[in-house]
Amino acid sequence: MTPGYDLKRVDFIFQNESDWKDILQKSLSRPPAELINELISSELKGRGGAGFPTGFKWKLAADELNLIKYIICNADEGEPGTFKDREILTKVPMKVLTAMAICGYVIGSHQAYIYLRGEYFFLQPALNKAILEFQATCQELNFDFRIKLFMGAGAYICGEETALFESMEGKRGEPRNKPPYPTSFGYLGKPTVINNVETLAHTYTIFKYGAKRFYDLGVQYSRGSKLFSVSGDTPKPGIYELELGMSLLDFVHDFGDGDTKAVQVGGASGFLVPQKRFAETTIGFQGKLTGISLPTGGSMMLFNSSRSMYNVLDNYLEFFREESCGQCTPCRVGCQQLLNGIKAVKRGEKNGQYLDKLLRLTETMQYTAKCGLGQSVANSFSSIVENFREEMIY
Amino acid sequence: MVAVLELIDNLTDQYGRDRSSLLPILQGVVQQENYLSEYAMIEIARALNLPAAEVYGTATFYSFLEYKKMGKYLIRICKTITCSMKGKNQVLMTIEDMLKIKVGETTPDGMFSLLQTNCLGFCHMAPAMLINFDVYTDLTPEKVREILSGYLNRKGGVNDTRI
Ligand SMILES: Cc1cc2nc3c(=O)[nH]c(=O)nc-3n(C[C@H](O)[C@H](O)[C@H](O)COP(=O)(O)O)c2cc1C
Ligand code: SF4
Ligand code: FES
Repeated sequence: MTPGYDLKRVDFIFQNESDWKDILQKSLSRPPAELINELISSELKGRGGAGFPTGFKWKLAADELNLIKYIICNADEGEPGTFKDREILTKVPMKVLTAMAICGYVIGSHQAYIYLRGEYFFLQPALNKAILEFQATCQELNFDFRIKLFMGAGAYICGEETALFESMEGKRGEPRNKPPYPTSFGYLGKPTVINNVETLAHTYTIFKYGAKRFYDLGVQYSRGSKLFSVSGDTPKPGIYELELGMSLLDFVHDFGDGDTKAVQVGGASGFLVPQKRFAETTIGFQGKLTGISLPTGGSMMLFNSSRSMYNVLDNYLEFFREESCGQCTPCRVGCQQLLNGIKAVKRGEKNGQYLDKLLRLTETMQYTAKCGLGQSVANSFSSIVENFREEMIY
Repeated sequence: MVAVLELIDNLTDQYGRDRSSLLPILQGVVQQENYLSEYAMIEIARALNLPAAEVYGTATFYSFLEYKKMGKYLIRICKTITCSMKGKNQVLMTIEDMLKIKVGETTPDGMFSLLQTNCLGFCHMAPAMLINFDVYTDLTPEKVREILSGYLNRKGGVNDTRI
């Protein structure tokens, strides 16, 4: 393999946050339209997985005429293999709170929430303390802005934005139909900006240094840096901020254990990339790039040759079956049948061609499921079955 | 029963009586009582002026809102891929062995319940588990034996970790 690979490590997110008051004050003195343009020209895209341009999201909400609007920080972080948002909220919470307040100023909102997954309950006291300190500063600046912590209760689907609103409204976390989109009809039916924790932390960098510093990192369609949660068969699991657009081969050179057989990019709802595709795969958002570009919430799970890909798929499918909200049939029944199906093939009760039937079922789910959970089961299923077919059968 | 009523009263005072206070109230009851009894759900429905079926339907959706009686210490061990790869099964067997219960069961003295859960967000320190809201990572059979011994010794409740 080619030597001389070079992964660019970046240090924005966890950089000292002691200047947050200055950044807040400075931003609140700039015209909202200028702040939006700063974000738009940085080309920052959402870090929660879907990759919607953040500047446009804020602009859409700013253009709504409603007097009541909400801001929500999505800290549900439930995608298997993802653990970066907790680190941000632990190490640099003031950046996230500052970003939320600037968003409030830009779109005209006075009430914000952090939706924190129930598993991170132990973070509550420290976060509440940070919120109190932050709100005191807002008061000093005569800026009317309140932030509340809302605890999740152990449901992966509540990370999906509309399910999250339902959950906050005291209901089952069942995704809504889209449109209407959150920027016009979100929490309690009001215009809502919902952003991932990391997305908000990046806006802090952009408001601090200007759009260019951010834009200069990365590649076309995938600007800036991103936090990666690295786990599995690697000598150095952990959280790393890297420039977007890296090739998976370079990533594996740096993080692999010398025996990497495949990498799952983007968690259970992402894609498995086998070794033969490392070189042609880059990490970033889809655009007209050559080769394959995989978007991701930042989960990178490495598997070496001792791992059975059947076990990996079985584990993911069990996850989806348990976490499906059960609201729509393609997903509720589909997840069940996929799991039973691969078990039957493994036990020899069905032959290998049955896998093709299951592949068609995932395609149907992709088109007919109501939300991203059911739609994305096809990603891992097809990329694992197509690349490791023998392991599914024998 | 009186205690639950009082608790619900306090929680509604704290969070309000809108539907959007339902989750915080349910969580507050689980924190104190370890689970949501039918009685508690009916009383919460009454306090928020909701049909009891709505409260039940909401509560049962969330895996952290237990509606069956649970032990004082609820162990949730992660069974997602990385923890599974890094020796979760041996850790689980050690727990089952020490407490003489299987997944889904509670010890006869009502002290421990054992459940499996999905990715806890500590995959870089796998395997991981929660006991109530305390996180334990990089588990091995030896380490988990030590942790559980600690809990067994404090069973009197002096050092209860619940907040
Ligand atoms: C099943 C499912 C789970 C999701 N979980 C999360 C999550 O835990 N955190 C998150 O930020 N976004 C999650 N999302 C994406 C959100 O719906 C939404 O796109 C995101 O919060 C928007 O923020 P961003 O634009 O800053 O990325 C999930 C989406 C789906 C379909
Ligand atoms: S796709 Fe799955 S999770 Fe999404 S709404 Fe349908 S059943 Fe619920
Ligand atoms: S897989 Fe167990 S903590 Fe993520």
